[in-house]
Amino acid sequence: MPRHKLVASESDVSIEVDADFTEDRVREVKNERNPKAKERDTKRKLEIHKTTEQKTENKKRKRSHSKQRGKRNIDDEDKGGEQISKQKKNRKNKKTKKLLTEEAEGEGYITKQKKKRRPQVDEENANATKQMTPEGPPKKKKRAKVQVESSSESEDSSSEKESSEEEEWKVTALTPEELEKLKEAVDEKKKLITILRGKPWPMLKKLQTLKESHDFLEKFEGALGKGKAKKLYAYKVMMLKRWMKFQRDFENFKTACIPWEMKIKDIESHFGSSVASYFIFLRWMYGINMILFGLTFGLVMVPEALMGKPYGSMPRKTVPRAEQASAMDFAVLWDFGGYAKYSVLFYGYYNSQRAIGWLKFRMPLSYFLVGVGTVAYSYMVVIRTMARNANEQGGGDDTNFNFSWKMFTSWDYLIGNPETADNKFASITTSFKEAIVEEQESRKDDNIHLTRFFRVLANFLVLCCLAGSGYLIYFVVRRSQKFALEGLENYGWWERNEVNMVMSLLGMFCPMLFDVISNLENYHPRIALQWQLGRIFALFLGNLYTFIIALMDEINLKRKEEETVKLNMTVWMANLHNGTLAENSTAPPITADPADVPRGPCWETMVGQEFVRLIISDTMTTYITLLIGDFLRAVMVRFFNYCWCWDLEYGFPSYSEFDVSGNVLGLIFNQGMIWMGAFYAPCLPALNVLRLHVSMYLQCWAVMCCNVPQERVFKASGSNNFYMAMLLVILFLSTLPAIYTIVSIPPSFDCGPFSGKNRMFDVIQETLEMDFPAWFGKVFSYASNPGLVLPFLLLMVLAIYYLQSTSKTYKKANAELKKKLQAQNEENKKKNKRAALKASDPEEARNSASEQQWHQINNNASKKEMDTWGCERGQNQHVTTCTRQSAAVKRQCGPADLHNPSTRPPPAQRNPATHGYLPGNPHQPSLRMQRTSSLKLQ
Amino acid sequence: MGGAASQLPKEMVSEYQELTFLTKQEILLAHKRFSELQDRDSLSSRVPMEKILTMPELKSNPFRRRICHVFSTSEPNDGSLTFEDFLDLLSAFSDSATLEIKSHYAFRIFDFDDDGTLDAGDLEKLVNCLTGDTDETRLNPEEMRQLIKNILEESDIDKDGTVNLSEFQHVISRSPDFVSSFKIVL
Repeated sequence: MPRHKLVASESDVSIEVDADFTEDRVREVKNERNPKAKERDTKRKLEIHKTTEQKTENKKRKRSHSKQRGKRNIDDEDKGGEQISKQKKNRKNKKTKKLLTEEAEGEGYITKQKKKRRPQVDEENANATKQMTPEGPPKKKKRAKVQVESSSESEDSSSEKESSEEEEWKVTALTPEELEKLKEAVDEKKKLITILRGKPWPMLKKLQTLKESHDFLEKFEGALGKGKAKKLYAYKVMMLKRWMKFQRDFENFKTACIPWEMKIKDIESHFGSSVASYFIFLRWMYGINMILFGLTFGLVMVPEALMGKPYGSMPRKTVPRAEQASAMDFAVLWDFGGYAKYSVLFYGYYNSQRAIGWLKFRMPLSYFLVGVGTVAYSYMVVIRTMARNANEQGGGDDTNFNFSWKMFTSWDYLIGNPETADNKFASITTSFKEAIVEEQESRKDDNIHLTRFFRVLANFLVLCCLAGSGYLIYFVVRRSQKFALEGLENYGWWERNEVNMVMSLLGMFCPMLFDVISNLENYHPRIALQWQLGRIFALFLGNLYTFIIALMDEINLKRKEEETVKLNMTVWMANLHNGTLAENSTAPPITADPADVPRGPCWETMVGQEFVRLIISDTMTTYITLLIGDFLRAVMVRFFNYCWCWDLEYGFPSYSEFDVSGNVLGLIFNQGMIWMGAFYAPCLPALNVLRLHVSMYLQCWAVMCCNVPQERVFKASGSNNFYMAMLLVILFLSTLPAIYTIVSIPPSFDCGPFSGKNRMFDVIQETLEMDFPAWFGKVFSYASNPGLVLPFLLLMVLAIYYLQSTSKTYKKANAELKKKLQAQNEENKKKNKRAALKASDPEEARNSASEQQWHQINNNASKKEMDTWGCERGQNQHVTTCTRQSAAVKRQCGPADLHNPSTRPPPAQRNPATHGYLPGNPHQPSLRMQRTSSLKLQ
Repeated sequence: MGGAASQLPKEMVSEYQELTFLTKQEILLAHKRFSELQDRDSLSSRVPMEKILTMPELKSNPFRRRICHVFSTSEPNDGSLTFEDFLDLLSAFSDSATLEIKSHYAFRIFDFDDDGTLDAGDLEKLVNCLTGDTDETRLNPEEMRQLIKNILEESDIDKDGTVNLSEFQHVISRSPDFVSSFKIVL
């Protein structure tokens, strides 16, 4: 009989049997005579088999511990006694209540409850092994019963009590609150499973805990609730499991879908995280461009190509007669003229027909909305990423731990290449030395005037460079307009590509010049890098804006041209009609071949073309500099080194380094141009995707084969948001001109989806009038009148102001808290000193010191941490008043609060080596300390 | 468990997934790499430290021996790893591991004498690890003393002459680059 076994094992260990306890038992046994109880018994049989096995195991462990325990904490007994008597009363009251309710309660609950008790008891048991019990051993019997009542006294449990618990649980039935507790326990187990991976335990222990928790969950999850609710609950649980599995699979799928992971990892291991951060940024850009491409391709280009009028049906869709001869030449196509110009790639090809195809696709509307959507999506993504980065960085501006950070966080564990590792060693050493020197003599200001003079001079030179490059671009663009007016055919390749080439060359050489100039300034490398980046940024921006201004001039020219063409057009039409009328007045008017119809210059297509050319030439220069600057140089250095008079590899040319910041800037500007031009050339995102794709492979290859790791390795994380901020600025600056042209310049009369309209955005109004019911248009017009828009804007400004001021207050509060923390630290220090003076035993002082600190950290630590720390401390048999107090506090507050056995870490089977590493206390010393204190007590 | 070179059973993979910060692919890759390291002849599931250290990911890491010792669960603590220890290692160094777990293991790696605190000796060894083995990059004793003094001044909150785990975590949690650099990817 299992029951015998149980009793036997119990008496085996029990030290003394309380009279009270035996009485209870008798009552229970009587209760069991009920017919119900029998059934219950049979159900229990299996359970008990298991439990007894486990119990005996536990007991073995216990016994060894109980010896230790016996010695300890005699002074605690008084406290414990008081409490126990109190709790006993409680228990009796409750028990009678429970006996009454038992009849009413369903049978299933009891067995459930029993089952539930077992693992919990096991865990408590396990806790007991590592946690010290403040109460002495003689109290165990009584307290065990107390525990049955409150079912949550996980703080202290003992081997003897659990068997008695087993008995008692047969009688006590499940009240709603216990059901609640069971639910809580289940939830906690679930929580434990989810946070298990975050525990610094060895795998074996984690596995065990997981298994236990799973067993527990399997048993009780479905058992909660009753009748229909039970089924529903079980169903919910099942679905939840499926959902979790699905989520995990989806997560796996997602990671499998991330492209170039291995390539980037390879680079990471060779060059450290900062170079890899460039490639991650590139990949991110690629993702964004993919989506932009999907938008334009799916909603603009494909519908027009499939459902719009075919090529050659209209003047805007045909190559003019004059150009037809050379329209298929490669040189012309490369320049995006000829057939490329009159295709879906550019704005001018699109028809202004309101709805096309059998789908009645609203082409102009779609074109407009996609243009707006691209920009809106880009803003959203950039800002969201920035916000996330800012969150991750958190309090990164704290400079209190300069040295410690250098020490603890400077090694990049990703580095797997000995050469990079050597560079890293060197850079860490210099950073240490610099920091020490700075600390020793806080800033020697030798000849500050000279440095200042040089810095001013450097900035002056840089400004000259910027102005010069700006003028050069303006000059070149104007010259190219002159060429264009005279007809490009008379000029060679250089004249045609002058603008782009000049821009690319300036972008190539000016940064080098800046680099030379910045040597004058004698800044710290990090600050120098920021200056350098700022200057390059200014250069690119200046160039881009001069380019745009020049383009604006050209747009105005084209519009004048358009006026004359319009006049000519009417004349031409009249001629055509006159001719036909003269011949045959009754026949329908003969329409001319679309290639012969005179047409306007279509400035939109021109703008698009310019941008596409710019992108192409930029891409080419990037690739060519990569090939020449990196690859050829590397080849030369490598092979000429055998027959040269000095060491080329370590001497002058050497291998090139990968310039992270320059490359990132290039990428950002490229993206800016895409944003600017995408409205007029829907093919731009596609081109950019292609370019990024190629650069990914090309640059990966170039980096791995011909670059050397940087000598000064900068951290990637610090500059992440810096780049993002640049991207945002560029995005804003590049949308400005695009929006300006859309809003203020009327579209060409004979090309593009908005031809014939006064402004491009009129398409919205048109749609509202024609496709929506009348009331909608009315509402819209009301909503868009200034009387409503202005208050709305005002409201937004107010909201911004409010949010800003709240964030300021939060900052202030943070600073205050910091101050408080520091003050507390000071106080703790003082206390520690006092304690150290008082204590004769130096180790005791340390103990109290650690405790102080523990308390202090408790203040800001989360509750979860607190819990785990508490147990870990207990596990070390570290007798501190702190734990005692917390145990006492827990005992006093109600059962709801007490109920957290399952968050406790399960049985510890730690290897001795890992023992000492637990948070919050000096470990080995504490062990020693415990031994000495117990000796004293004896 | 740890079934030598054989395929990893499915339920084990899902359990490991639940217990580590690794994805399924990473676990399978880890298993592949680990079984490559394993000796075909010997039956023991442990891979000796010397073999682990030949992995390119750890080869040039100055803390490679410490890392092996910290993650090893072998009894004599010779730094040999089972597959599960290996997974623990990868999980702690993975991209998605939390700051808590990373800082915990970082502390144990830096704690050269395994006594639960970073004292001056540990810090000195740490600095020597970081500055490399050659004499030209080493700090001289004067600099070393100054450096350690500064570090203790900053992070030893309770002024007991050592940095313990909570102090360490306090310092680390404010650092902007710790999580991004405390990574090893297979």
